Amino acid sequence: MNTMVHSDLGGPAQPLLSVRGLVKHFPLKKDVLGRGGGVVRAVDGIDFDVFKGETLGVVGESGCGKSTTARLLMQLITPDRGEMVFDGQTVGSSALPLKQFRRQTQMVFQDSYASLNPRLTMEDSIAFAPQVHGVPHREAVERARDLLARVGLEPRRFAERYPHELSGGQRQRVNIARALALQSRLIILDEAVSALDKSVEAQVLNLLLDLKEEFGLTYVFISHDLNVVRYMSDRVMVMYLGQVAEIGDSETLFEQPAHPYTRALLSSIPSMDPDKRTEEPPLAGDPPNPINPPPGCRFHTRCVHAQDVCSQRMPMLAPVASGQVAACWMQVAGSGHSDAPELKEAA
Amino acid sequence: MNDIAIPKPDTAPVVFERSPGYWQTVGRRFMRDKVALGAALVVLTLLFLAVFGPMITPVDPYESSMLKRLKPIGFEGHPLGTDELGRDMLSRLMVGARLSLFMGITPVICAFVLGSLIGITAGYAGGVTNSVMMRTIDVFYAFPSVLLAIALSGALGAGITNSLISLTIVFIPPIARVAESVTTQIRNRDFVDAARASGANAFTIVRVHVLGNVLGPIFVYATSLIAVSMILASGLSFLGLGVKPPEPEWGLMLNTLRTAIYVQPWIAALPGVMIFITSIAFNLLADGLRSAMEIKQ
Amino acid sequence: MFGFLIRRVIYTLPIMLGVALVCFALVHLSPGDPLVSILPADASAELQQQLIELYGFNRSYPEQFASWIWRAVQGDLGTSIASGRAVTEEVFRAVTNTLRLAVLATLIGFVFGCLFGFVAGYFQGSWLDKAASLTSVLGVSVPHYWLGMVLVIIFSSILMWLPPGGAGPGGSGDWAWDWEHVKHMILPAITMSVIPMGIIARTVRALVAEILAQEFIVGLRAKGLTDVGVFLHVVKNAAPTALAVMGLQLGYLLGGSILIETVFSWPGTGFLLNSAIFQRDLPLLQGTILVLAMFFVVLNLVVDVIQTLLDPRIAR
Repeated sequence: MNTMVHSDLGGPAQPLLSVRGLVKHFPLKKDVLGRGGGVVRAVDGIDFDVFKGETLGVVGESGCGKSTTARLLMQLITPDRGEMVFDGQTVGSSALPLKQFRRQTQMVFQDSYASLNPRLTMEDSIAFAPQVHGVPHREAVERARDLLARVGLEPRRFAERYPHELSGGQRQRVNIARALALQSRLIILDEAVSALDKSVEAQVLNLLLDLKEEFGLTYVFISHDLNVVRYMSDRVMVMYLGQVAEIGDSETLFEQPAHPYTRALLSSIPSMDPDKRTEEPPLAGDPPNPINPPPGCRFHTRCVHAQDVCSQRMPMLAPVASGQVAACWMQVAGSGHSDAPELKEAA
Repeated sequence: MNDIAIPKPDTAPVVFERSPGYWQTVGRRFMRDKVALGAALVVLTLLFLAVFGPMITPVDPYESSMLKRLKPIGFEGHPLGTDELGRDMLSRLMVGARLSLFMGITPVICAFVLGSLIGITAGYAGGVTNSVMMRTIDVFYAFPSVLLAIALSGALGAGITNSLISLTIVFIPPIARVAESVTTQIRNRDFVDAARASGANAFTIVRVHVLGNVLGPIFVYATSLIAVSMILASGLSFLGLGVKPPEPEWGLMLNTLRTAIYVQPWIAALPGVMIFITSIAFNLLADGLRSAMEIKQ
Repeated sequence: MFGFLIRRVIYTLPIMLGVALVCFALVHLSPGDPLVSILPADASAELQQQLIELYGFNRSYPEQFASWIWRAVQGDLGTSIASGRAVTEEVFRAVTNTLRLAVLATLIGFVFGCLFGFVAGYFQGSWLDKAASLTSVLGVSVPHYWLGMVLVIIFSSILMWLPPGGAGPGGSGDWAWDWEHVKHMILPAITMSVIPMGIIARTVRALVAEILAQEFIVGLRAKGLTDVGVFLHVVKNAAPTALAVMGLQLGYLLGGSILIETVFSWPGTGFLLNSAIFQRDLPLLQGTILVLAMFFVVLNLVVDVIQTLLDPRIAR
């Protein structure tokens, strides 16, 4: 059984997953007269790390590329460019072929019903992946039942049921059990709780936290629900139009957001505290179209602080005083933005 | 010494709750549909005739007699009359079931296998493979089926094998299209992505996840084609392109009895009645099956 | 939307080419000497050779195909081996005859099919529905050539009201819309209409039931729309699909008329096809199949285009 346990290669300092320069464009069909065409720049160059044992939250509006990123991380779609390094080994290389990588990373999808084969029993669905990797049937089924118990579903009642007989919350638990079947280290949760009722959502979230402790998992938690992300995440990554706007420690980011987009996003959460009323205007306009993103900083068309430099050059992720990194000219010394700090003279 | 073993409490067998499987539910629903059941009964009778017909005929179906040509229904010794060569109609109809049903069902089975293969492959593969395969299929689909069947039969020549081949070719495109369409829908569902994410290869995914969800609808569609196939097969024999005399086959019998419609009109019509009954039965059966399977559980 | 239409039209071209290819291949698949029908058994090798060259059978297949296509596009489908007349002429005469029958049959089938289908869908679940549905199942299941025979038996042999076959005095070339001729059309047209009627009835029934079940119908009634109003509304929504099915059925009838035309000795394309097959008249066979198949392809295209024009949602 030791074949299934994945060993830690680089120790806690090495990121579990490192993503550099990930790009994915989807071409649009041209019509017969040559009109149309162009590309949807779903993910346009993102860099980030996921550290061992953490939960990295990913937030952004529709069209920002969160789901595409999830699928790229799982290699369900092949990236156009970019590199992924898992615990020091490049994904897809001879050191870590794709099939091996897939044992280490698993995903929980949003639609609990669509992610389960209507013709398979719960235990068969969970036992599928181990069997693909050579675990004999009997053992795989045993493990499946075990996992069902761990996620709070009594095997006697649920193992031989079909998806349509379970509620949404129960199905999502099965999906989580399935994601754990290969004893993976990294679990990607793509809007995993978004479709659940609030009360059920709370239970599932707590289950996720318990499992993370028990199995030493690392999560990438994608969601549009900022409150949930804050609850679950250690660090948070904010995406906008296929690029990263800001990454940082969860509490810091929520308390002192550096990027104007993050600020606007956070201000759109209705405040529960009468002393901290919403001050900045919430985001105006519709989420933009990733087919023709604006030049320079992609957010400048909706940004209250936009200036000339913002439409000319694209900002890179740069460290900010409070500890995050953000892609904004206001944070970069000498960028030309009137709010940027002064360039320190080289000594 | 009596050794009474005390059973440990937790070795009692654990019963896992389960619900009836998909096919059991379908079966139950089907049983409640009286029309479909009736049709199924008729089909079973016909199949029985097809298999055992030749053994239980009252009279030899090949025995001709110039004296007893075209005797009417109710004639002594020949309850359904005799044909233009004096052969007993009842016996010929019974034996005809074998060839007629064979010619009708076999092409659909072959087309089901081949069409599913093509369609599922195209549907799962997607992209260029899909386009190439389906465009080729579309070319054949561009012919009206009767025309294609006749053109193929005309090209290949008369005879049972050739007719089977041409009918199979006629039915492959529609089945392939349905297969491709259903497979593409399934392929885009999240659970297929989850299966890919677990590292399984294409064959395993198709085997475990796709087939079970796809073969049902394709099968139902194929059953709806059986009646058409029967009529077409008999039609080919009717034109002289299918079964050759003296084999009893309902379509061929219609052909050879055509000249008799002025002498014994009802005898001439009899083989067609059999085709009609068979066709209705298969159509109702297919309808019943579709209803039983269509309603989402 | 125009982009979609243009794309659709252009997409048809490779299909047409493929169809022509299949036609050609089909015919040349057939074993047997193509000239056997006109050459006497003791014909000299010279004569054989002459004829082979005349018809181009000695050239390579791709060459034959290319030259056939080239001439076909210009309207020349070769010469019939059996009759010596131009294939184009024969085929188009036959097509006209078949069209007369097929159009009439389609109209009958459409009218009655819509009627039955509408009644069944409107009064869903009632005995009317069951009766109408039964009729349409019968219509779809009947072996049409047999039905033709039965009708001939009843109306021709027993009652002697209508003639059993043929296209009227003057053979196939001379048509007039008088009773002398039309009476020959009645039985075959009715026979031909049965299957389209069944299919259209089924389609319309499903459509009507689906439209009526939609929630906005309840809304419309609540606004006071009368039954007539609902009826018109249903018609408007069901029309595109119903017309499309009708168009397709016309195509099938054109291509599949051979069986009925054989029963009724109607001098149409089916009949022509029959004789071409049995006489192994390759040019005629090729030409007939090509014309019929092309008709079907074009018809499909027209149906698609009209459907898109009527219901722009389809384009997306």
